[in-house]
Amino acid sequence: MMEWETVIGLEIHAQLATQSKIFSGAATAYGAEPNTQACAIDLGMPGVLPVLNREVVRMATMLGLAIDAQIARRSVFARKNYFYPDLPKGYQISQYELPIVQKGQLTIDLEDGSSKVIGVTRAHLEEDAGKSLHEDFHGLSGIDLNRAGTPLLEIVSEPDLRSAKEAVAYMKKLHQLVVYLGICDGNMQEGSFRCDANVSVRRKGDPQFGTRAEIKNLNSFRFVERAIDFEIERQIELIESGGKVVQETRLYDPDQGETRSMRSKEEANDYRYFPDPDLLPLALDEAFIEAARVALPELPEVKKQRFMTQYELSGYDASVLTASRDLADYYEATVAALGGEPKLCANWVMGDFSAFLNKENRDLADSPVSAVRLAGLLRRIQDRTISGKIAKEVFEALWASEGDADAIIEKRGLRQITDTSAIEKVIDDVIAANPEQLAQYRAGKDKLFGFFVGQVMKLSKGKANPQQVNDLLMEKLQGRNDLLA
Amino acid sequence: MHEKTIAQLSASLATGEFSSEELTRALLERVERFNPSLNAFITVTAESALAQARAADERRRQGAAGLLTGIPIAHKDIFCTDGVRTSCGSRILDRFIAPYNATVVERLNAAGAVMLGKTNMDEFAMGSSNETSFYGPVRNPWDLDAVPGGSSGGSAAAVAARLTPGATGTDTGGSIRQPAALCGITGIKPTYGRVSRWGMIAYASSLDQGGPMARTAEDCALLLGAMAGFDLRDSTSVDRPAPDYAALLDQPLTGLKIGLPKEYFGEGLDSAVARVVEDAIAEYRKLGAETVEISLPNSHLAIPAYYVVAPAECSSNLARFDGVRYGHRCENPKDLLDLYTRSRGEGFGAEVQRRILVGTFALSAGYYDAYYLKAQQIRRLISDDFRQAFAQVDVIMGPTSPTVAFNLGEKVDDPITMYLSDIYTIAVNLAGLPGLSLPVGFVGQRPVGLQVIGDYFTEDRLLNVAHRYQQVTDWHQRAPTAFA
Repeated sequence: MMEWETVIGLEIHAQLATQSKIFSGAATAYGAEPNTQACAIDLGMPGVLPVLNREVVRMATMLGLAIDAQIARRSVFARKNYFYPDLPKGYQISQYELPIVQKGQLTIDLEDGSSKVIGVTRAHLEEDAGKSLHEDFHGLSGIDLNRAGTPLLEIVSEPDLRSAKEAVAYMKKLHQLVVYLGICDGNMQEGSFRCDANVSVRRKGDPQFGTRAEIKNLNSFRFVERAIDFEIERQIELIESGGKVVQETRLYDPDQGETRSMRSKEEANDYRYFPDPDLLPLALDEAFIEAARVALPELPEVKKQRFMTQYELSGYDASVLTASRDLADYYEATVAALGGEPKLCANWVMGDFSAFLNKENRDLADSPVSAVRLAGLLRRIQDRTISGKIAKEVFEALWASEGDADAIIEKRGLRQITDTSAIEKVIDDVIAANPEQLAQYRAGKDKLFGFFVGQVMKLSKGKANPQQVNDLLMEKLQGRNDLLA
Repeated sequence: MHEKTIAQLSASLATGEFSSEELTRALLERVERFNPSLNAFITVTAESALAQARAADERRRQGAAGLLTGIPIAHKDIFCTDGVRTSCGSRILDRFIAPYNATVVERLNAAGAVMLGKTNMDEFAMGSSNETSFYGPVRNPWDLDAVPGGSSGGSAAAVAARLTPGATGTDTGGSIRQPAALCGITGIKPTYGRVSRWGMIAYASSLDQGGPMARTAEDCALLLGAMAGFDLRDSTSVDRPAPDYAALLDQPLTGLKIGLPKEYFGEGLDSAVARVVEDAIAEYRKLGAETVEISLPNSHLAIPAYYVVAPAECSSNLARFDGVRYGHRCENPKDLLDLYTRSRGEGFGAEVQRRILVGTFALSAGYYDAYYLKAQQIRRLISDDFRQAFAQVDVIMGPTSPTVAFNLGEKVDDPITMYLSDIYTIAVNLAGLPGLSLPVGFVGQRPVGLQVIGDYFTEDRLLNVAHRYQQVTDWHQRAPTAFA
């Protein structure tokens, strides 16, 4: 096994988050009734013509800038000709020889803590096809052209990836980036972000690449990893048993956990690419590119570094909090509302808040607790109105939209008891009610200290300030010991 | 009424000599009477024409009439017309009702023009004789044994026979100018990008251009004025305002420099046609123009380049006619491939199939560089020829077609000879220039056309040059006896 090296290149299709299609004014919203979002242009009616959506160009430019790529001042749309029922015009408009984004790079983080630069060969604009539906039509096929003409950015990596894990790391990094840039919703289940993987193996040290297989349409990180791992095994076994890998397209079957041959190179289409005469070459001027540059948000890596210095967070915390732009924004809004305490905020945003979101499988945008409300809660921890433990109860109530933290604390009477005489009274009651335990403690069973703390907290309904309880209890229990001695 | 030009009809409508409804009715009657012998119309829209005419008359009563309000015209059946069959001369679209209007149709509707119907054409505009139409050949009003030219043969024949005073056409390699010449009318192919292609069913997208066909340059100016202009829906349309062509018709021709390309007067040109064209050029000298011999050295490459570029684009443009969403679908397809091959095999005629095959071949891996790319390089050479010529001269003149109209069936089995019919017109499309054909005489019964080629966006000059000639000659007023 050790003598083999894997070579992987990914082609990632990111659906651009525009309101309308790449060459028509029809809406791109997902999940509409079949064929309700396809206009004459999307249907490929006779005489219709494409008009390029400016927003699509802006989004592609933003990606190019974010990966330090060259933005082509002149790029060309071509026709990729093939017949398929869900391809209305009989050709797909795509960029072929001159794509808009050329020669970029993306740095990925590896599990051992090191990082690696992955080359991005190109990213080009193209239109999506429709969907063929083979179920529910009694042996016939249905065609839904809602997706036809949806803008895609196909991002092609160099064959720089050397394992399924690296491939996943690259894909995740790119996913994070396109969502950060606001150019893709990143929804993999709906197919907004999907991947074709080119996989080959070679003996270590061999300067030549092996013959590759292309695994089509992988729409989850898990599938990418499994499909590639399966494919690596398959190819190595094949070669070791004297066989040869053939260049072909394969499909991953997640149920069986294996890849299967779809078509070989010999059966591949000759797409007869040529420049689309309905669209002039796309010319970008400096002002357009500069405007896109100005519109770039702070990128994940930069944000992470800033969090580490500005908020004095650990690398791990900063990574987690900057994993998505939404979460980072939420965190910063919380810190701003609280007016400081970045570590406390980080703990809560990464802790209970994220846990609740995950538990209910909610997007941050649908969170019932705003950053201001969370800060309101944290302020009461900070000024010791409530303990951290009570805060968890208040947070649950916040999540259930029972008002802001102060109202909840008031209504439920959760204000922490910090009055020493009140706490002493509770401690006295507890000691009086548990003479046996007291005797055992006095006899040296130190572990019972926790029992007394628990009883005091229980009797005070958790409201007694834990630090004061500790101090006073220690004092009282020890004080008696001293007397007895 | 039918003998009047658009300009004359416009004046008559304005003075109330007759209404648009009366005029429309009269022309519809002529269509009914003469179309069976000419086959110029595929679809006659009598009812909607009369409704449009009444609306135009009403608009006139309200004082909102323009020069084209109430003027009947016909549209080549390549332009999509909302709710009306748009066949493109093909079986594959025989029952296709367009769901929207082409920009050209929309603009002429807005100007108040009345659509009499849709005219016959070579299938998907592929042909030079109108014999490739699924609806049968159109006949030339000057001689029913002769072809009207193509592909806008129905429009040309309908105008020549006075069934309509004007019509729209499209020109990919000569499809407005050559039938205009063969039918003795005036037609102009504008600069590529001058008229929107939205809703004009594509044959070869980088060459196709719509334009008007009428009896006079003045009428063409009126129609082009309404048709031309920028359209957001066509990315190749040019954002540049169209001048008032009708207002620029009368400029004097004194000092006009006419270039006569020696390549257009050489081998292959019928000598009788040559004499008629030379007479017309002599008339221009009398009008104060100078002539100078020029050379367009790459002219001989135009036809071979065209028959790579146009089929290549058509092979892709016509892929959408697959029997899946609209148009002809074969009976009981047994699988997808069968659906495609039989629907297209049955739906497309022989010439269309030939060009699809040629184009598919030219774009195939391993042949692209040798054919398509080479042809694009030739286009540049041809454009350069013209650029150099227009550095010396204002317009270029020559015969529109090397012969007068030939007989039906004469060339139908010999595509190469047929293709030569467009030898003088094709280079203009490859360069994207404007070109006009006007009637300048006859050889026997059959008309001869003079082609005038201008630099980019000089349609006003071409119309002016043709108009001044028509002020001192009467070729454009001649009517075929049977249809006078």
